[in-house]
Amino acid sequence: MTDWLWLLVALPLLGALVNLFFGRRLGEPASGWLALIVVVASFLIGAAASVGFFTGDELPETVYLFEWIPILGVDAAILWDPLSALLTLIVTGVGSLIHLFSIGYMHGDERFPRYFSFLNLFIASMLILVLAANYAVMFVGWELVGLSSYLLISFWFTKPAAAAAGKKAFIVNRIGDWGFLIALMIIFATFGTFDFETIFAEAPLMFGVGSGTITAITLLLFVGAAGKSAQIPLYVWLPDAMEGPTPVSALIHAATMVTAGVFMIARSAVLYELAPASGVVVAVVGTATALLAAVIAVAQTDIKRVLAYSTISQLGYMVLAVGAGAYSAGMFHLTTHAIFKALLFLGAGSVIHALAGEQNMFKMGGLRKPMPITWITMAAGWLAIVGIVPFAGFWSKDEILFAVFNRGDGWLILWLLGLVVALLTAFYMTRLFVLTFVGKPRWDDGVEPHESPPSMTIPLIVLAVLALGLGAWNTPFRLSFEHFLEPSFEGVPHPEGASTSEFVIFAGLVLVIAIIGLAAAWWRYTRDPLPAEDGSFWRNALAGFHVDDFYGRTIVAPGKAIATWSSEVFDRKVIDGVAEGTARGIRDAGSGTSALQTGQVRWYAAGMAIAGILVIVFFLFIGGAF
Amino acid sequence: MSDIVTVDWYLILAAALFAIGVAGVLIRRNALVMFMSIELMLNSVNLTFVAVSKELGLIEGQVAALFVMVVAAAEVTVGLAIIVAIFRLRASANVDELAELKG
Repeated sequence: MTDWLWLLVALPLLGALVNLFFGRRLGEPASGWLALIVVVASFLIGAAASVGFFTGDELPETVYLFEWIPILGVDAAILWDPLSALLTLIVTGVGSLIHLFSIGYMHGDERFPRYFSFLNLFIASMLILVLAANYAVMFVGWELVGLSSYLLISFWFTKPAAAAAGKKAFIVNRIGDWGFLIALMIIFATFGTFDFETIFAEAPLMFGVGSGTITAITLLLFVGAAGKSAQIPLYVWLPDAMEGPTPVSALIHAATMVTAGVFMIARSAVLYELAPASGVVVAVVGTATALLAAVIAVAQTDIKRVLAYSTISQLGYMVLAVGAGAYSAGMFHLTTHAIFKALLFLGAGSVIHALAGEQNMFKMGGLRKPMPITWITMAAGWLAIVGIVPFAGFWSKDEILFAVFNRGDGWLILWLLGLVVALLTAFYMTRLFVLTFVGKPRWDDGVEPHESPPSMTIPLIVLAVLALGLGAWNTPFRLSFEHFLEPSFEGVPHPEGASTSEFVIFAGLVLVIAIIGLAAAWWRYTRDPLPAEDGSFWRNALAGFHVDDFYGRTIVAPGKAIATWSSEVFDRKVIDGVAEGTARGIRDAGSGTSALQTGQVRWYAAGMAIAGILVIVFFLFIGGAF
Repeated sequence: MSDIVTVDWYLILAAALFAIGVAGVLIRRNALVMFMSIELMLNSVNLTFVAVSKELGLIEGQVAALFVMVVAAAEVTVGLAIIVAIFRLRASANVDELAELKG
């Protein structure tokens, strides 16, 4: 089966190329269906190939494809293990649903085929990233997802905000990539290879726990992860990325691409185990991000921005988990989050679609009646992220918090903050849900909300069922998800399991906190009239605590000043000066010597004769050659 | 008798011919005469080649002389064609009147 794995990447890539060159001829909706079919085909191949991991019969395998950079010994190869299989299934599975949703959502768009071309390119890039068997190939995927993300955020590039958001995402990600790249250089200098298997086998033999080299590598890798997975201080691009079409936000900026950083840390688990200090940094940054983003999310009025900050906050949870060494817990939250956050984004897309582009939650309300399917499916997503039993989010969030608590000592602070984040999450998600679907209609006159077409509601229903049921994959009573991932985390110490009674107490605590947050928000936002949110907290939090302004003043403005100076002063005066000065000097020398050019042949002949005589004289009397 | 005529004689003759050629190019205004002077210089060089070749018992000098002859023949063809073309255009072969390339 693994012989066919290259098709996973090749099919979406082919779809992207066909849509790029022949998309216009295919038109709408044929180009969308083509894009959907290749992703579904990838999903089926991935599913068929990973059956062995579910039954436990198959072992991880490296599939050699071709020699890529012989001088560095880098091959294009696929590492097919449960971790990459899991991500493949998420990417192609959620990807398929979002392709289907997009066919309805992008209906009537002028550049419909181009959109699907980009979407397929993203799927192919993401699969390169997750299937890579070495850091070099992973980096290629890493950059390619950045590119597709840029293309899709600024898909409506005639809108200045969208164009700016695309640029911002790209540039901020470049800062992270810088860290990743330096890490890769150190890795190559240390191990002489990029190959995962070799590095993870040799690292524990070559270095002890707490080694400086490994700490440097892991911290720099985390810089890359912080860029891609929107962690402090590089999270600022994600809220702006909501300028892209909503299905893109769901696929790239919620379910898959943003989790690449978490995936990369999990992949490098062996290295992080050797650098406990890096683990602490990762966990602290994750917690801080989760908390900050949750506070900001509470005050947002734009439905997509709430979800964007919520994504940052949930990514913070995942980063906290991998920082604490609870890799399977982190990956499990990644999986459930991919499902329920895609669901929430698609639901929001359905709402925005129905309200003709309205994104302000204070102009929604009462959408329960006109949009029954969206309402029920969104409810599943909402309960999942809030963490109500038995929805998926409950199990995964709970596992992370439990793993952090088990580390004891200073980790208890992170655990407490994690509980606060859970409270805030319950609050702002309930606020979103109530403002959108419950209460009296507040939408503008002339807007007639309607339920979305089946191509949009089917993905919602599928995702809602998964959001409800997926948690059963890994309950404390049945840890099949952890067993599934075990082959990927060989050689990584396993967090000890908890006794059932312990677990019930902790789960109960988290559940109670979630219900408190939910109830508070429900009580606050079902009142009539709605509370006016114009205090200084609300204004500052709405503006994201002015972090963007701060970056604008401290980084962007000086950068622009340097750029202006280089172009206006350095380029004009120095570079142009050198070029123009050289030209002027040569021109002057030319016009000076042109006087010698009389046009008289006999003068030239005389010149030659004199020069000849001088040469002879030189050799006779000075050169001494004779 | 042949012992008396050493290679120096040939070299002196060649130098004299060369000097005459140089003077002709520098002094005369008629393109055709200048052209003949150039031929004179070429042949003085040929003479040097052959004389030295004989003196040193090497074949290279004679080979070089043959090359010069071939090149000179080619040069004559082109040069004479140019002079004829100029003469048709100007009805004169005075090189002092041909100063179009003045800088």
